[in-house]
Amino acid sequence: MKKRVVVTGLGVVSPNGVGLPKFSDSIKKGISGIRFFPELRDLKFSCQLGAMPTISEEKKREYLSELQLRNFNSSGILYGVIAGMDALKDAKLEPAKNEEEPLWDLGIIFGSGTSGVEKFREAIYKIDDKNVRRLGSNSVAQTMTSGVSAYLGGIIGAGNMVTANSSACATGTEALLMGYDHIANGKATYMLCGSTSDSGPYIWGGFDAMKVTTYKYNDSPENVAGPMSVDASGFVPGSGAGAYILESLENAQKRGATIYAEVLGGAINNGGQRGGGSMTAPNSLAIQKCIKDALKNSNISASEIDYINGHLTATIKDPDEIENWSIALNRKGEEFPYINSLKGMVGHCLAASGSIEIVSAILQLHEGFVFPNVNCEKLHPKIATMISSEKISMKLLKTSLQTIAKASFGFGDVNACVIFKKI
Amino acid sequence: MTSEEIFALLEPIIKTYLPEDVSAKEINHESDLTRELNINSAHLVDIILDIEDVFNIEFKNEDMEKLRNVNDVTFLIQQKISA
Repeated sequence: MKKRVVVTGLGVVSPNGVGLPKFSDSIKKGISGIRFFPELRDLKFSCQLGAMPTISEEKKREYLSELQLRNFNSSGILYGVIAGMDALKDAKLEPAKNEEEPLWDLGIIFGSGTSGVEKFREAIYKIDDKNVRRLGSNSVAQTMTSGVSAYLGGIIGAGNMVTANSSACATGTEALLMGYDHIANGKATYMLCGSTSDSGPYIWGGFDAMKVTTYKYNDSPENVAGPMSVDASGFVPGSGAGAYILESLENAQKRGATIYAEVLGGAINNGGQRGGGSMTAPNSLAIQKCIKDALKNSNISASEIDYINGHLTATIKDPDEIENWSIALNRKGEEFPYINSLKGMVGHCLAASGSIEIVSAILQLHEGFVFPNVNCEKLHPKIATMISSEKISMKLLKTSLQTIAKASFGFGDVNACVIFKKI
Repeated sequence: MTSEEIFALLEPIIKTYLPEDVSAKEINHESDLTRELNINSAHLVDIILDIEDVFNIEFKNEDMEKLRNVNDVTFLIQQKISA
């Protein structure tokens, strides 16, 4: 018998708000974290906009010791540690004391795309300068993919599985579903899950080169055409981290924890880079199957979905995503659920996109609202033929939500879809 | 440089790498870096790099193996400076 799984803690480090209160306020008001970066202009990026959380030196010191911050140069680990520790605190859980045994029943699945690119850059310069001996002791810990889960594991004293998953832009959603399985199967009492992504030119450059980012709004970051807009011309690269604590319903009730949502289930699949799918583009059939499998796994019908938190990146692929949802749910026009995309406010936070967006989705479910789609006044005409424009609100809607879906799609043709329900 | 002068420069370097539950007062000439001061052995590498910067010297792989306590470090620094 599988255990029912619930979310009892959240943490977020987003370009438009660090910490739950700030983030929640920002998404309700449609406040954007997208900014112009002179550094990107100087480096001759096509897209000179980015989205980066603001973390003060004081804030860093609330989470990491002076020693940990010595020669520290991994923004992704910093974001992940802050989001992860905030989620733990939000769930009213405590790290293991130094002299005690590890928390055998607390595990971590915290993913990243790549870790510490700035640190890696430092190391590469030293190595090429025949100075490998000067790298110091922390080059590996900050640049390994599992750097973020390893830092969190040490600070918390986690004694269950501590690992980092990596599935491009689906990383955060995949992490949640992997943690869900772990709790449902009774392998841990608590799972801290989430994902993080570094900031800056070395992580964003590859996307700039691929021309998947927008070059049209360097002078007006506040006007970047948002997801589902007819003018959408590519995404703005973002960064940050999102985190959640999962535990069994039984355990949460026993300890009187705040329950944000139940994870009803979900699905993860791959389009095999066949049938229109490739390294960078999704196989639509696989996306539809992923959504349908998620419904089946959650034992609900498509008609029960009140709201969709889309992947919707502000590229030419947005109408395809809407079509895939519409086909998978067999709902269109006014029958289609509410849908929005956080990327209009925070850009595409890459490996962190799934987790930051999941936090936004759970807040909407818990508090009963739908945040506004930003800069989507001119809806893409192809989307308008499939679903009613009322379902793509430009304003904050206060409405009770019961069952919601979140999906993330990523390079490598990976797909992940999760269903949450209010308790 | 006298060993006291070296110690005065060495003490703040070592202090940086002390675990939170070890006081800087516990650093003396005889302190064993990993066993008594409880410094993570991975950080010995960082201490060496910091010493190299402060004293403008360079350590070899073989030197590292000889370093156990603060006196060993002081002695090696003295050797390197006068070499």
